[in-house]
Amino acid sequence: MSFNLLVLTCIAYVIFLFIVASAAERSAQQGRAKWLRSPLVYTLSLSVYCTAWTFYGAVGYAARSGLEFMTIYLGPTLVFVGWWVLLRKLVRIGRENRVTSIADLISARYGKSNLLGVIVTLLCVAAGTPYIALQLQSIALSFTVFVSDQGRAPLAADRNLIAFWVAAGLTFFTIAFGTRNLDANEQHHGVVTAIAVEAVVKLLALIAVGIFVVWFVATGPSDILARIDAQALPEWTIQPGRWTGLILLSAIAIICLPRMFQVTVVENIDDKHLATASWAFPLYLFLISLFVLPIAVVGMELMPEGANPDMFVLTLPLHLGQDGLALLSFLGGFSAATSMVIVASLALATMVSNHIVVPLWLKLRAARNLDTGNMRLLVLSVRRLSIGLVLALGYIYYIISGGSEALAAIGLVAFVGVAQALPALLGALFWRGASRNGAALGLSIGTFLWFYALFLPSFGPDVLLPAQLMEHGLFGQSWLRPYSLFGLTTLDPLLHALFWSLSLNTLAFCIGSLLSFPSPIERVQGALFVNIFDRPGPARSWTTPVAQAEDLLPMAQRILGASAGQAFFRAQAQAQGKNGFLPDITPDFLQGLELKMSGSVGAATAHAMISQTVGTTVVSVEDLMAVASETAQIIEYSSQLEAKSEELSRTARKLRDANEKLRTLSDQKDAFLSQISHELRTPMTSIRAFSEIMMDADGLSPEEQTHFARIIHDESIRLTRLLDDLLDLSVLEHGQVSLDIRPANLRDLIDKSITASKSVQAQRDFRILRSRDPEDVQIVTDPGRLTQVFINILSNARKYCDASDPQMKIIVRQKDTMLEIDFIDNGSGIPRDKQALIFEKFSRLTDSLQAGGAGLGLAICREIMNNLGGDIDYVPGQGGAAFRVSLPVLLERPPATAVTSSSPIDAAGAD
Amino acid sequence: MDKRVLVVEDEPNISEAIRFILTRNGWHVDVTADGVAAIGDLQANPPDLLILDLMLPGVSGFDILKALRADPATQAMPVLMLTAKGQTADREEAQRLGVTRFMTKPFANSDVVAAVREMAGS
Repeated sequence: MSFNLLVLTCIAYVIFLFIVASAAERSAQQGRAKWLRSPLVYTLSLSVYCTAWTFYGAVGYAARSGLEFMTIYLGPTLVFVGWWVLLRKLVRIGRENRVTSIADLISARYGKSNLLGVIVTLLCVAAGTPYIALQLQSIALSFTVFVSDQGRAPLAADRNLIAFWVAAGLTFFTIAFGTRNLDANEQHHGVVTAIAVEAVVKLLALIAVGIFVVWFVATGPSDILARIDAQALPEWTIQPGRWTGLILLSAIAIICLPRMFQVTVVENIDDKHLATASWAFPLYLFLISLFVLPIAVVGMELMPEGANPDMFVLTLPLHLGQDGLALLSFLGGFSAATSMVIVASLALATMVSNHIVVPLWLKLRAARNLDTGNMRLLVLSVRRLSIGLVLALGYIYYIISGGSEALAAIGLVAFVGVAQALPALLGALFWRGASRNGAALGLSIGTFLWFYALFLPSFGPDVLLPAQLMEHGLFGQSWLRPYSLFGLTTLDPLLHALFWSLSLNTLAFCIGSLLSFPSPIERVQGALFVNIFDRPGPARSWTTPVAQAEDLLPMAQRILGASAGQAFFRAQAQAQGKNGFLPDITPDFLQGLELKMSGSVGAATAHAMISQTVGTTVVSVEDLMAVASETAQIIEYSSQLEAKSEELSRTARKLRDANEKLRTLSDQKDAFLSQISHELRTPMTSIRAFSEIMMDADGLSPEEQTHFARIIHDESIRLTRLLDDLLDLSVLEHGQVSLDIRPANLRDLIDKSITASKSVQAQRDFRILRSRDPEDVQIVTDPGRLTQVFINILSNARKYCDASDPQMKIIVRQKDTMLEIDFIDNGSGIPRDKQALIFEKFSRLTDSLQAGGAGLGLAICREIMNNLGGDIDYVPGQGGAAFRVSLPVLLERPPATAVTSSSPIDAAGAD
Repeated sequence: MDKRVLVVEDEPNISEAIRFILTRNGWHVDVTADGVAAIGDLQANPPDLLILDLMLPGVSGFDILKALRADPATQAMPVLMLTAKGQTADREEAQRLGVTRFMTKPFANSDVVAAVREMAGS
């Protein structure tokens, strides 16, 4: 077949795909052709997993390593059959969060962290680039192989040129269909349909070649089996460790590969499709791998020595002169390669534009304060450019790594790369404690190790890594050799890299997550992702009630109150046409109950409580969040309550204090009354005793009679004075005293007081030391009351001053509007512990009748001075008893003037 | 020889009245206003009967009574307690401490004489 014809065939095939894609796109837009989005198409689109590597490379793989190629199919099969729970969760999360790529999902889960988006994007681009290069290589290879038998054409010799044009053509196709519009959910109906068609083509091609080989070259299955046995190489022995590793690797790849994520999650429209895919996709894988080994065995038998086993699928029919079959095979390989490139570049371009270019662009624009402009056009342009960029990278990788011809090796390198996203991805789905820092740390470490231990060395010595370094390790440290890190030399490079990168990645991820505290948004996203299936629909409607009304009634009573709860249930039952309190549990009833309870406990709590009782759904994260905010309100309310209760306790304390004061006052009153009783009874006792003596005794001498009569007289006076003092004190204390405020001269008042006090112990010589000039002050006050105070102080001094040569100093001082008059005697003064008592009632310090008075004097003085706007204090440390009387020079109006008053008793006190 | 009564009373007029009444009735009456001194005096020279004021300067009648009852020599001495406060609590306290008679001031002279006679007779 001529080269030109081949090119024309390819172009025709691409145009056919174009038409299919356009038709599908149009149908989808018009809402027709639902079959286009059937589980079948979904399953076929998943076959994008089977790339040119699978198509061509698997046979080569089988020729080299026997059945080991099966591991590449077993991993995905295990995932789809055994762990589709994971896929379902992934798909549901992807759809509900409108996830556009694996980078987007990881970024969204970990607090919408763009850092993670960038890391995953770079990782995927790095891992995807060799993979795309691989496809380019296989197409270029198939071209040259196909054409070489047919004579030379100028273009055919230059594989790089072919690869370039293929890359360019695919860029155009991908842009045309991948970026036609910006769907919110990034679904590409046209592309998916074209991929599905290609899936059929590549399956048919491989089966056709297989049937040809088994039934036309060989004589049937048994013949093939015999040939397989005959061909078995030593390398074909199954190595369990390597098998396990490879199965694991391909299982991870089916989840993490960007193009697989694109078709499985992003392009999914209904997670029920997964149920079909869970058996249909493994079946597809089974069919496509069915003839791999027969083709490999027959190829090895029939093809000349040195033929590339990777091309057996193509070269075997050519070799046997089956040009038509060869063309079909070529188209199959072409389909496999193009479908992968289209989807992968689409997925990678989405990531690049969404996580790197657009954020960067927005930042720049914001920095320059520019209008963000037409975002739609911008994103589309960026997306298109990114597709070009991704394919360009693939092409460049292809050019650089041109030497490495083993297709499978390149594919596995990519697998290990994307596998680094697994810990973060699984954490996103299943571990609420997973945190952004942990994911970033794990991803970075895993990516770095993959880069160092597999990706860079995969180019071969001295391409990107110096041979020196590969041989002896970084900085000459043998434990840093890329292929045997930390002294691990027993694994082959692939598994070695997988082991170290994935285990250290996982370890770092877990430790990082455990040690860091996720931000609120991370926790919310974590809860939303992990509990994706626990969430009721947005309407939060009640669908599958299983509870009994008997269960709900007590709860409703608790919330609404017994009678209101019962009334509601009865009303609901009546509305349903039933008697009694127990309505049927219908969704309507539950919604009504929830609404009713919401009024009492808030919507979220109500929903949560009914959920719990009804038992249909676990409490959703949204509910919990709402409960939390209600709880916050409750906390706010309770803090108000707390403030109130603090206020209450303050009031209670005040009350306690007041009560205490009242009790003290009551005690004081009792003591006072008891004291008064004593003070009154004492003179009355003498009076009564001597009157009785005088009444019934005749033999009294006249002297005795006079003496006894005097005693009676004196005690009567004492009694009267006591009553006067009590009355005076009462009047003063209640502020009912009417003051006689007049101008007076202080010196005159002191003169008068000294004269009056002389009657007390008149026989005692008592010197008064005065300085008459300062005393000459004109004051306005109640002169009678002030004199009463002076007399009391002077009399007390005369009574109690125990100095042998008693004397008293009177010192007058004026301070602004206040006068201070100090009375200081030269006695021993009042003991410190008694100083506070002397102004209390009945605080007579010594008990001598001679001293007279009932201990009310100073109490009265203090009341008087308070009434005069001043005070009287005991001043300690003056060398004797010292009293300081202070009063305003000019008394305006007494502070507590009473309107009415009983007339004050004149100058009582101590005379 | 006359029986001796000790009056511990800080009001001179009252102790003078008591002295007059009891002397007239054939008692030998000693008077003191000082409660502290009275305690020593009582032990050194116990009277036949004690008339005790409750409110004394420095020491209360209760204290004297307590000391009296604690000493075997004066344990059985009849004690007439007089008080001007006359509260029931005081009366109860006095009885608890072993007072013989308790009277409130002011008193009738005849009551005092009768009480003293009765106490001395028993």
